[in-house]
Amino acid sequence: MFAPVYLDHNASTPADPAVVEAMLPYLALQFGNASSRHEYGRAARRAIDEARGQVAAAVGAHASEVVFTSGGSEANNLLIKGAAGRLKPGLLAVSAIEHPCVIRPAEQLCKHGWTLARLAVDADGRIDAENFEAVMSARPKIVSVMLANNETGVLQDVESLAERGRSVGAWFHTDAVQAIGRLPVDFRRLNTAGVHALTLSAHKIGGPKGAAALVLDKRLDLEPLIAGGGHERGLRSGTENVAAIVGFGVACELAVQRRDALAQHVLKLRQQVECGLLGLGAVLFGQGPERLPNTVYFAIPEIDGETLVGYLDRAGYAVASGAACSSANPEPSHVLRAMGVAPDLARGAVRISFGRGNTEEQVAAFLGSLQAMVTRLQRLTAMAV
Amino acid sequence: MLKLPIYLDYSATTPVDPRVATKMIPYLVEKFGNPASRSHSFGWEAEAAVEEAREEVARLVNADPKEIVWTSGATESNNLAIKGAAQFYAGKGKHVVTVTTEHKAVLDTCRELERQGFEVSYLDVQNNGLLDLEVFKAALRPDTIVVSVMLVNNEIGVIQPIAEIGEICRARGIIFHVDAAQATGKVEIDLAALKVDLMSFCAHKTYGPKGIGALYVRRKPRVRLTAQMHGGGHERGFRSGTLATHQIVGMGEAFRLARLEMGAEKERIRMLRDRLLKGLSDIDQVFVNGDLEQRVPHNLNISFAYVEGESLLMAIKDLAVSSGSACTSASLEPSYVLRALGREDELAHSSIRFTLGRFTTEEEIDYAIKLLHDKIGRLRELSPLWEMVQEGVDLSTVQWAAH
Amino acid sequence: MAYSIKVLDHYENPRNVGSFGKEEEGIATGMVGAPACGDVMKLQIKVGKGGVIEDAKFKTYGCGSAIASSSLVTEWVKGRTIDQALDIKNTQIAEELALPPVKIHCSILAEDAIKAAVADYRKKHGEQVSA
Repeated sequence: MFAPVYLDHNASTPADPAVVEAMLPYLALQFGNASSRHEYGRAARRAIDEARGQVAAAVGAHASEVVFTSGGSEANNLLIKGAAGRLKPGLLAVSAIEHPCVIRPAEQLCKHGWTLARLAVDADGRIDAENFEAVMSARPKIVSVMLANNETGVLQDVESLAERGRSVGAWFHTDAVQAIGRLPVDFRRLNTAGVHALTLSAHKIGGPKGAAALVLDKRLDLEPLIAGGGHERGLRSGTENVAAIVGFGVACELAVQRRDALAQHVLKLRQQVECGLLGLGAVLFGQGPERLPNTVYFAIPEIDGETLVGYLDRAGYAVASGAACSSANPEPSHVLRAMGVAPDLARGAVRISFGRGNTEEQVAAFLGSLQAMVTRLQRLTAMAV
Repeated sequence: MLKLPIYLDYSATTPVDPRVATKMIPYLVEKFGNPASRSHSFGWEAEAAVEEAREEVARLVNADPKEIVWTSGATESNNLAIKGAAQFYAGKGKHVVTVTTEHKAVLDTCRELERQGFEVSYLDVQNNGLLDLEVFKAALRPDTIVVSVMLVNNEIGVIQPIAEIGEICRARGIIFHVDAAQATGKVEIDLAALKVDLMSFCAHKTYGPKGIGALYVRRKPRVRLTAQMHGGGHERGFRSGTLATHQIVGMGEAFRLARLEMGAEKERIRMLRDRLLKGLSDIDQVFVNGDLEQRVPHNLNISFAYVEGESLLMAIKDLAVSSGSACTSASLEPSYVLRALGREDELAHSSIRFTLGRFTTEEEIDYAIKLLHDKIGRLRELSPLWEMVQEGVDLSTVQWAAH
Repeated sequence: MAYSIKVLDHYENPRNVGSFGKEEEGIATGMVGAPACGDVMKLQIKVGKGGVIEDAKFKTYGCGSAIASSSLVTEWVKGRTIDQALDIKNTQIAEELALPPVKIHCSILAEDAIKAAVADYRKKHGEQVSA
């Protein structure tokens, strides 16, 4: 048995050993409920306070602006539904390439009198300026545009989009789960521009699953999604997941420390794999604009993405076809559709997302395997035709 | 050597059993895949672990694994069950019935439903903490759509008659939700026999990790819910969000151990609880809160009259316990559960909840008994109320200079 | 709740706990608070010649801060005349014990206890010893 090579860090990442080490005491020994008044409880509370500081520091926010949740999906739901719960129904704008955990709650609001505008993107996956302007002039009350897309890795100029949002009085949210640890994220600066809330998740940056945060401008009043006990300033009730929160704090600290080195490392791997892919006749999606240094999204014409990832898995390479959450869905990616990619080509989409543990040797071997597969698959396709 | 403070607050949370922690760790480090990843072995391995854990949770309560939906904990389960059912069945009626001694996660959720236009009846309990079935029946109306009653109370440990309540609800086509957060591993739960439609669970009260829970959603007859969290459509659309594999594995293992060890553990804890009760009952003027028979053995909630609650907690800081008052604000707020039993505020203030668990020892119980004897004696020496009572003054006749 | 070192000291080692015998001379009692509010303080003073408080005792039903506040005032009133005892203000008690804002009411209660004890003394002894 050889260990497969993991090239799917946008889906999830292994917890860093330092993170696990920090978490373990909070399972069996320092196991208190942070609401308890005795020493076990106070120790848990102190640990959460420290983690809150670490998470806040990673994005230049104040600790009191951090609201812990069970995951990025919950944080996004909390923001979208929670904001809507405090506003009179009106126009809501989310980009067409948002993660489903932004798009679905936004769609739900349509049942409650809201109108949803899907902000269009151009062929490169960037917010279409003309469409954005048209939507803004209709004065949306809530706007959500992600910092970096999970499939293409393409970055949005959230700062200037938010400035425009602010000019029409919109509550502006950005999903930053893919951005943190890979590029600088500064909530204070974004906040000054007009961003009111930002979503972070632990398991995308070497932290555990089960902890995430909504970093929230305190002027924003949200209706809680989960009631009962008033934890997290009443915004999120439920016994705090102390161990995971502690792990999240450490992961944030490490992510910032290692960010530049990681970005350099994965960018090199990305360039290496892109060279190889272009040689195989691959089409790279979102190649033009600035994007995450670790993400490559491609298709090889005439080759089905699902088939290719199946072959790659058997050869020992873990990659994704479309976003992790919608992998069960045979529909081509909604992100590529929004970019105007032809459905046939979109069905070939494969995503590689690098992480800290990947090496040039792995990439070279991967390209070798891929080349052999492609040759074989193309021959099969040719015969079928 | 005793490790101080002695933990007697197992109803607040339990340590993760070392056997559970051991099973969890690999899913943080090497088996870290996203269970929703369908394109590689990392994802499949995680998904298989999630399904195995789902089976273990289902087995403890004799349900089908397909009836188990993962959540982040009992609070979320309660929110999903009560709001989800009320919103889905709102076309049939808008009346919800619950009990005043429920956990905040249920009560606050019901308050939110009231804001959404539902009507909620909060039923009082008897002096022993139990719901009177006649009172319950009388509260039901043709437009009642959801009933929520907890199985085991978190403060006083009493066991509500959910089998009977279930029969009544089923006969009238009312959705019945049960918060069982405090019950798993303490009482037998047989969902094949019980007429319960929705049941909330969490791991961290049963030696599993925090941050993970589940909601049982009956399939036959099928119960429908309006989802509260939307996204990738995880958990058959009931609850979207990446599944925290290591936590789920932990809950599965914790529930497996609970199933295997519950019988023996319960008897051991009953002996310790009886020892504690016996040891404290020779102190003058102590009262047990809640029924002693219809109760899990893990819980002993006692009021020590003429001793003020906060100074009592200070005096017994070698014991990690909960008190009957939530001293979060300037004023001591007596527990609403004890108030619902008709306890005067003074007795509610001076109550202590002892909850015993898997790692409680006889030595710890004996230490607690001795400590309480000493400290109650000392605080009563300090108490002008105790002095008056000893002199034969009836305190209820005293005109207090209201402060 | 984090208590100051001084509160903890008075709580662990309360000064002058107890009651005077009913037949003793010059005793006055102040009882303030109510059980339902969570605090009852009983302060007794023993007043000698010239209205000087020779001794004081207390019993308190209440939280650690209430116990500490009453313990502290028994020390402070000793050696003062009853008029001087009335100069003790709750702010001084709160400052001495470093009481947090939520516990200020304990110091107010202690001040009230002094006032009540002095009032009781005056009621029993008229104005003759008022110096």
